[in-house]
Amino acid sequence: MKLKGFLRPDGKIGFRNHFLVVPTVICATRTAEEIASNFSNVVCLHNQHGCNHMKEDERKVVNVLKGLACNPNVAGVLFVGLGCETIPTMKIFESVRATGKPAECLIIQEEGGTLRTIEKGVRILQKMMEQCEIKEVEVDLSNVIVAIECGGSDTTSGIASNPVVGYVADKLVDAGAAVVFSETTEIIGAEHLLARRAVNEEVAKKLLELVSRCERSALAGGEDVRGVNPTPGNIRGGLTTLEEKSLGAIYKAGTRPISGVLEYGEPVPARGLYFMDSPGHDVESVSGMVAGGAQVVIFTTGRGTPTGCPIAPVIKVTANAKTYSRMSDNIDVDVSDVLEGKTTIQQAGERLYQKLIEVLNGKLTKSEMLRHREFGIYLTQPTL
Amino acid sequence: MDAIAFSKKDNVATAIKDLFKGQRVTVALGEKKLTVELLEDVPFGHKFALVDIPQGAQVVKYGEPIGIATVDIKKGQYVHVHNVVGQRGVRGHRS
Repeated sequence: MKLKGFLRPDGKIGFRNHFLVVPTVICATRTAEEIASNFSNVVCLHNQHGCNHMKEDERKVVNVLKGLACNPNVAGVLFVGLGCETIPTMKIFESVRATGKPAECLIIQEEGGTLRTIEKGVRILQKMMEQCEIKEVEVDLSNVIVAIECGGSDTTSGIASNPVVGYVADKLVDAGAAVVFSETTEIIGAEHLLARRAVNEEVAKKLLELVSRCERSALAGGEDVRGVNPTPGNIRGGLTTLEEKSLGAIYKAGTRPISGVLEYGEPVPARGLYFMDSPGHDVESVSGMVAGGAQVVIFTTGRGTPTGCPIAPVIKVTANAKTYSRMSDNIDVDVSDVLEGKTTIQQAGERLYQKLIEVLNGKLTKSEMLRHREFGIYLTQPTL
Repeated sequence: MDAIAFSKKDNVATAIKDLFKGQRVTVALGEKKLTVELLEDVPFGHKFALVDIPQGAQVVKYGEPIGIATVDIKKGQYVHVHNVVGQRGVRGHRS
């Protein structure tokens, strides 16, 4: 399978040409948004964090901001810091510039306020776009990292849409692509099945430890997981317990061996199937996997959900015919015919695979058309 | 076809259309077909018992336990949060 991609200076392949403005701290977010709003093709991350974090959370914020800037779907990046934030803005900027990607940085306190920063930022970005060389190349699936997500699940997710995505995940892994799935909360009750698929004991152990850590931290926070998950919408959709939700959720990861277990926002290695630690919160989960390098997301839903990603196309799939007819402006692929017994999982999987190829080659997804650019970072510690 | 089960270990099936009390419904289990008379209405996507499930017994879907019956559940009865409770991520459970 040949695909049209864009070669970045670090050798990675993008399937979109976004220019990205990254406010490294919430105090710079308004200014950064104003810079981006001057252009038709510049995306701004709506960062709500970046200051007074404890160590573990700061690591997550840095990983995600740096990971999204380094994602090959991004052709060039402008960082905007305030100047007194605790997050190391200059270090993040320098590490991204070191990959060879066009990158610049402005500090609001040094520029002298919002208006001067906006003007300088707009001029910098315009010049960056003018000078940036876009190298179009023909590549194969071994250059692709696909993130797999499910959200707003109901029982149709476990019965049909997740198995259809699982078929595509297997096909991608066999073709040399990397596939990453996440949501630690939503493998609780199914982790023994995934651990059996780990390539070695170390990977199995790491996976089981993540699940146990997630269960313990929920209890330490005073919550039964079941007070939150399954959600009220999941329950209305027929899902009774977290175990039932998890057993249905893992079908989306297909059947191939699990090559590794990653921390939130950590780079996804090439080739194979990986699990990334993340919460069941869809936006935080997708942000983590795209920060890990995924260029495209396949997202199943039962109840229907509109969310996208600032820099990666998100392909929405449902097997709930009612949801598709009610929310077709948000959903790209309808596989409800599987549930009705009119189509096999393999046939619907081939249809989704074709859609994925079209999207990689530039066709916009519904979330891109409607500019759904939701962004969130998974934090677990108090802000001080 | 009215409902689906996934494993011969399953003691519940999932409705793939709205089903009603008194209806004799057909459940697909791979190539096999089962027939169950419903004692209650079961909405699209929700579950009913394929056999009697005594209080305290595991409720099984996809061939795996999804929770415990909190009361005796009769074959054909609606199975959901009113008569099943999950065992994971809850106080008292050790993973």
